[in-house]
Amino acid sequence: MPILGFIFQRVLQAIFVLIAVTLFISYAIRLTGDPAVMMLRESANVTPEDLARIREGLGLNQPFYVQYWEFISGFVTGDLGVSFFRGPIGPIVSDALGATLLLALTSLAVSLLISIPLGIYAARNRGSFGDQVIRIFSLAGLSFPNFWLGIMLILIFSVTLRWLPASGLQGPASLIMPAVTIGVILTSTNLRIVRTTMLDTLSAQFIMVARAKGLSERSVIYKHALRNSSIALVTYLGLQFGSLMGGLVVVELVFNWPGMGTLAIEAISQRDYPILQTVISILALMIVAVNLVVDFLYMALDPRIRLE
Amino acid sequence: MNGFRSFEFIAGAILIALTGGAVLLSPWLFPDGGTQMNLAARLTPPFTNVAYPLGTDPLGRDILARMVVGGQVSFLVGIVSAIGAVVIGTVVGLFAGYYRGPWDMFLMRFADIQLALPFILLAMTVIAIIGPGLDRIILLMIVAQWVQYARLIRGSVLSLREAEYVQAAQSYGLSDWRILFVHILPNAMGPLIILGTLNVANNILLESSLTFLGLGIDPLIPSWGGMLADGRNYIQTAPWVTIFPGLAIMLTVLGLNLLGDWLRDRLDPLGHTR
Repeated sequence: MPILGFIFQRVLQAIFVLIAVTLFISYAIRLTGDPAVMMLRESANVTPEDLARIREGLGLNQPFYVQYWEFISGFVTGDLGVSFFRGPIGPIVSDALGATLLLALTSLAVSLLISIPLGIYAARNRGSFGDQVIRIFSLAGLSFPNFWLGIMLILIFSVTLRWLPASGLQGPASLIMPAVTIGVILTSTNLRIVRTTMLDTLSAQFIMVARAKGLSERSVIYKHALRNSSIALVTYLGLQFGSLMGGLVVVELVFNWPGMGTLAIEAISQRDYPILQTVISILALMIVAVNLVVDFLYMALDPRIRLE
Repeated sequence: MNGFRSFEFIAGAILIALTGGAVLLSPWLFPDGGTQMNLAARLTPPFTNVAYPLGTDPLGRDILARMVVGGQVSFLVGIVSAIGAVVIGTVVGLFAGYYRGPWDMFLMRFADIQLALPFILLAMTVIAIIGPGLDRIILLMIVAQWVQYARLIRGSVLSLREAEYVQAAQSYGLSDWRILFVHILPNAMGPLIILGTLNVANNILLESSLTFLGLGIDPLIPSWGGMLADGRNYIQTAPWVTIFPGLAIMLTVLGLNLLGDWLRDRLDPLGHTR
């Protein structure tokens, strides 16, 4: 298959996925309950006419396809509309997205700084005591609920030692605990990937050639082997991006972090359809885009990969 | 390497025997089901009272009893949802990989869609519609997870259907069913068993997250996620309410992960499930 055809096909698939996800979520959220009832739950003497008036004001009396079309056409043109409770969505969501990306990228950076050198060490000293210690730690890191780790960190560093703020986003210090919580899990998975792919790479012939040429071990490992292993790591990170976002939701809640997860949970409990469908659509858009980029990167990095 | 492998197996087996054994014996160990309240003894610290070795929670309930009984929910959700997803995923994956065509297309696009929707957000939305509960959580996990097994099996079938022994079976005139279930499936089982074991562990974590968020199991039924939610407001004054159920989750999931890792080395030397 020619390369342009492949790219075209993958982009079409991505668009199809996005339409399916946004349709599903817009429809599903409308089944969760009536926002008009939520708005008036504290007032007395609510008549059916009051409820109908509010629904009309929110545009909820329109057929579903009209509501969906308004949402999706606004979404595509950058007009995110107005929340039922909190005004224009654009600034709300961009603040939340900023906070979530700050947390996600910090955790990712920390985890790569730890997992790449340790993974290389484990692969080069396969079967050694150090390799096995690293292995046990990376298994243990995948074995507890991430929100529990967050609570334990709060217990130690906020409640007992009083070193770090327990919640919210106030200055760089408040980033530490949430980033460590996410970072532990990311590091555990990345370590395993780096170790496995380095093991494969180190036994390849081009590494033998590099060594035979008399290159320094440092250059062999970091210039030749790591670059080759990075293909698998990048693919894996792309695939994990969705579950990273999912994991962030609960951790954000524990630390009261003002990100997309906290926003989504509030929107679900308030039946704030416009915010929830925007948040989930943006997350889905990011996940699909990351996977698309990874696919193309993969192709660019490794010309041997067959287009299927 | 072998020494470490057997260490992994022994450590995993001991952990699961301990946690699973306690959970299996819980009806005899704690006949009251960990629900008995003693408000006079509320928030008893651990290791101070023989009647409550691990202390009590804000309602004066025995934490050890609730921990052991609460494991029933975790094991039930983890195992039943993994088996459900494996069975459905296997059947769909076998047919999609063998026959290809429109069903195969449908399966792969469905998998793309699920990949783009974080499970926790999907679960929160769906539970807001259908309400929380043990049966719904299990159903939701099966719906969310069968696709990954279907993809895995489909991949194996795609390569196995070209194998000479399968072509021999075809030319021998065996029925497709027989070829799929008797000749292809056994050769594709290894990765399935590994992924299934690791998924039981993962499902236990997911269930505890959902219950912690108030979207999972009924708070009146003892469960590890529910205990963590109970302890959340007492983290400053009574941290043991939160520490012990978290440790129970960790030991169980670590045991399953160790066994899964060991199985991976035994059954999947080429690393398809990495």
